[in-house]
Amino acid sequence: MQTLTSSQTLITILMIAAATILTRFLPFWIFPEKRQVPRTVLFLGKALPPAMMGLLIVYCLKSVNFTAAPFAIPEIAALAAIYFLHKWKHNSLLSIGGGTLIYVLILNANLLF
Amino acid sequence: MEASSVAEQSLSSRAKIAVKAAFVHTLPVLMGFSCLGIAYGVLMASKGYSVFWSVLMSMVAFCGSMQYVAITLLTMAFDPIQVFVMTLMVNARHLFYGLSVIPKYRGMGWVRNLLVFFLCDETFSIVCSVEPPENINKKDFYLAISALDYLYWVGATLVGGILGEMMTFTIPGLDFVLTALIFVLFLDKWEQKENRPSALIGVAATVICLLIFGTQSFIIPAMLVILAALLIGGERVCKL
Repeated sequence: MQTLTSSQTLITILMIAAATILTRFLPFWIFPEKRQVPRTVLFLGKALPPAMMGLLIVYCLKSVNFTAAPFAIPEIAALAAIYFLHKWKHNSLLSIGGGTLIYVLILNANLLF
Repeated sequence: MEASSVAEQSLSSRAKIAVKAAFVHTLPVLMGFSCLGIAYGVLMASKGYSVFWSVLMSMVAFCGSMQYVAITLLTMAFDPIQVFVMTLMVNARHLFYGLSVIPKYRGMGWVRNLLVFFLCDETFSIVCSVEPPENINKKDFYLAISALDYLYWVGATLVGGILGEMMTFTIPGLDFVLTALIFVLFLDKWEQKENRPSALIGVAATVICLLIFGTQSFIIPAMLVILAALLIGGERVCKL
């Protein structure tokens, strides 16, 4: 539930906007014309995104409990479904929708027992 | 007065032609953003944030996956610096997009600022893979694609926010859509073998930092470890 005050929410949103705008405009400010882009920047631009996706997937699963019911079964089943759906059809919407559907179904079936 | 109205008319007909040519390329984005944008508005509403807040976030930040992450941030303790640093790190990929389209967007005047503000993963991929038709101004075409994608996202957020406020129940587990999206983006990266070492560094560093620092404060240490590991590993990790 909402825990921040309105002004705290506004500041949080503006911080996210400012940081995002910075990431979008920075390359254009630093390299205005034909200035050479340093190798380290090009390298990070290429190496950082996959690492960030790795970080985010752990971040999303940070609260999953493997030692108590339902033993992360909904997460594991849904992620496995997404993996195979994505390998099979390579349609992002299908993979995301299918995985989420399986997760919601298992989670709510679990509530019945 | 006469002259300016003539100029405006030609501008609006130019816009119409450009949007017509751009629309078909943005159709997959329309479908994707509809689902994810509506889900975003609904999720924000389920956390107690009205349609005003979700639409404001979509309009000023316009950063899909980070907006989902921000739902969690909005329900935790107020920490603007962490939010800022985390957004920088999550959206660091924009730096790469920017670097790649610098040559494409040169000489476009003030329109370039709009193009850069609208730059997102999907727009970037379209702009990089679709050539503008010959009878259409390159600038108009790119702007039409970018603006359409932006409007889809803001519009879908609006619909989701309104739906979310009307719904008196929430579906448990619906927010797994975020994990699913991230996992699909991860798989897309993983498919290219050259990305695997850095993807593994990202997962390993974050798991280790999660175990050491706990769920409340592992993000920034994990980001620093990732940055250090990538810079030390250099091109042995990821070839340019």
